[in-house]
Amino acid sequence: MTVLEWLPFSVLVPLIAAPVCALLPGRVLPWSLALLAVAASAVITAFVLPAAMDEPLRYSFGNWPPPIGIEYRVDSVNALLALLIAWMGVIILPWARLSVNREVPERQGPFYALFLLALAGLMGIVLTGDAFNVFVFLEISSLSTYALIAHGRKRAALLSSFRYLIMGTLGATFYLIGVGLLYIMTGTLNMADLAERVPEVAETNAIRAAFAFIVIGLGLKLALFPLHRWLPGAYTNAPSAVTVFLAATATKVAVYVLLRMVFTVFGLEFALTMPYQTVFFTLGIIGILFASISAIDQPNLKRMLAYSSVAQIGYIALAISLVSVEGLAAGLVHIFNHALMKGALFMAAGAIIYRIGTDRMSDIAGLARSMPWTMLAFVLAGLSMIGVPLTAGFISKWALIQAAILQGNWLAVVVVLVGSLLAVLYIGRVAEAAYLKPAPERAEPVREAPLGLLLPMYVLIAANFWFGIDTRLTLDVATHGAEILVGGAP
Amino acid sequence: MDLLGHYNYYVVVVLMMIGFYAVIARGNMAKKIMGLNLFQTSAFILFISAGKILGGATPILRDGVEVYSNPLPHVLILTAIVVGVATTAVGLALAVRINEAYGSIEDDLLTEVEDADEDDEGTA
Amino acid sequence: MRSNGILRIVARFLIPLIMLFALYVQFHGEYSPGGGFQAGVIFASAWILFVLIYGLEAGLAVIPERTMFVLSACGALLYAFIGLLGVALGGRFLDFSVLLDDPQSAQQAGIILVELGVGITVATVVMLIFTMFVKRRAELDRDDHREGLD
Repeated sequence: MTVLEWLPFSVLVPLIAAPVCALLPGRVLPWSLALLAVAASAVITAFVLPAAMDEPLRYSFGNWPPPIGIEYRVDSVNALLALLIAWMGVIILPWARLSVNREVPERQGPFYALFLLALAGLMGIVLTGDAFNVFVFLEISSLSTYALIAHGRKRAALLSSFRYLIMGTLGATFYLIGVGLLYIMTGTLNMADLAERVPEVAETNAIRAAFAFIVIGLGLKLALFPLHRWLPGAYTNAPSAVTVFLAATATKVAVYVLLRMVFTVFGLEFALTMPYQTVFFTLGIIGILFASISAIDQPNLKRMLAYSSVAQIGYIALAISLVSVEGLAAGLVHIFNHALMKGALFMAAGAIIYRIGTDRMSDIAGLARSMPWTMLAFVLAGLSMIGVPLTAGFISKWALIQAAILQGNWLAVVVVLVGSLLAVLYIGRVAEAAYLKPAPERAEPVREAPLGLLLPMYVLIAANFWFGIDTRLTLDVATHGAEILVGGAP
Repeated sequence: MDLLGHYNYYVVVVLMMIGFYAVIARGNMAKKIMGLNLFQTSAFILFISAGKILGGATPILRDGVEVYSNPLPHVLILTAIVVGVATTAVGLALAVRINEAYGSIEDDLLTEVEDADEDDEGTA
Repeated sequence: MRSNGILRIVARFLIPLIMLFALYVQFHGEYSPGGGFQAGVIFASAWILFVLIYGLEAGLAVIPERTMFVLSACGALLYAFIGLLGVALGGRFLDFSVLLDDPQSAQQAGIILVELGVGITVATVVMLIFTMFVKRRAELDRDDHREGLD
């Protein structure tokens, strides 16, 4: 079989493994199956990326040619995203076993089934070339995410999950309405077809309304400021393993759909006739500043990191508002790098919760003495978050600043620098508490996190430094992808 | 003529706004879910009414009929309805469990309780 | 409702009809309006009517919760299996034309089997959702009742 014939299996394997997983008893079996399925998917994506670089890969389901059938259409943009999602899954699952045993002790079969469904949904969104199919996969991943969040230990998890459900469903329905208007105007749902037919009817209010619905719907999904209110609660109260996975992938996939719809389907020219640039530029800047400042005085670690995630979404929004190849490439690189650093940070937070059962700032004091490796990982990933040279975070911020300078957009440059300084503050606050403050009296001494949690964490830390030096995978592929997006034709 | 010709869209918009208002303005979680259902239904009607072709027959192949209505929106919306059913089920299940955990499904009340919970954590 | 004779007799008469109609919708879905989802929901509604009249215990005696759960997964797997059969026989995923020699009857066979999987999953999932909600309610009622006795 060729790479093309294997392509759909990167979605199908986790999707089909999910019902089997739900039936498996105990703890080890469901986890092993989930890991196997995600690993298989990850291996496929590793072969898909090089194959998709030159010519898009096209796979039509049931051998029905598009636009009748659903088609998977993979170029360097979605291949990069698919690679990121599947490999993050492979790194997170080994970490998840211990953490999930502690936080979700019962009924792990259905839990891992939901995890697989969420992952398959995200993979499906990324790979498909059909606007309606995006909606279906969006809902598959969202519904399983709501259920996953509700597994959190505290009762607040239920509330967060419910609020996310309301906002998420509103977002998805907005997207659906937008796609409906597009379908009414063009008679097709295939993205490539849409891209050809939209310009003919671009001067109509229906298309403008479709654009607005889709952008707002996806804005809700990607937690763009000020539509981010669901995110901090959801990330804080979800089980740690779920938070790591969501922070690394979920909102980023919504960014991808946004890019695909705005640049491929509507086209750059049309987007520029709409207030696309102004909206994303303004909201991006306010988002960076507001969320970074909010992150500084959060009472617990996961909520602080969640606000930092909202700020990172701001950077991505700022990058894609520059509508240049450099800007989009910076946005795509940041999607990739942010998954690495935020994954590692949330893993460190999860390891702390694993050992001391809480992530309150007051309990972190002096923790560096009893959990040195965990705190070191936190600081290293934090450096990447701040954007210190030789880390992945530096690469994406550098790319963003360069793109802004090329357009003479000094406001963006200043905001990125201020945002980085604010990151120093909120990361530094944790480091200060852990390294400099005296530890509170405890009934029993805290031990270092087990190796099963530390190893995946350090894999991500290593990736942070690797992609801070070697940018062939990230920056080169992202630039190639950005050229495709700006070029219009998928 | 044109105004009346678009009456299906008026229905869609009215339903959409009623649903949207209910989701935003109602504090009761069961009512929020009802609003969400209305909102989704409006999107369904938007699709389905677009599939009707004037003078078109039901899309089943048979002799003597040349103009068929477009069946594709129906298929799409069937999928969307399934999604809607699943969303409602998950939402109601969460509401039931919230009721068990907090003893209420009024959002205003729950926000207060939630804030109190967080304050407890911060000081404890 | 359990003591109402009229309801019991009408339900006894209606439930088989509803199930039969569900099967009709299920197996005519490939060339007329119908299909797995609709049939599954109709079938589940027959069971739900049964539970409304005869109580949840009688309903679960017909099909236990665990069976529903297993069946719902099996339905999805049947769908996946037929889809993969297309790949195994040299076509694409969900490619039915390679299943039999005659492409038209192959399409028909493929659709019917796939929709059967959908129907099983939908029917059992709807029944499961209903059961879960009713059980919660029953537990609450029991607790209230106990409190009342104290």
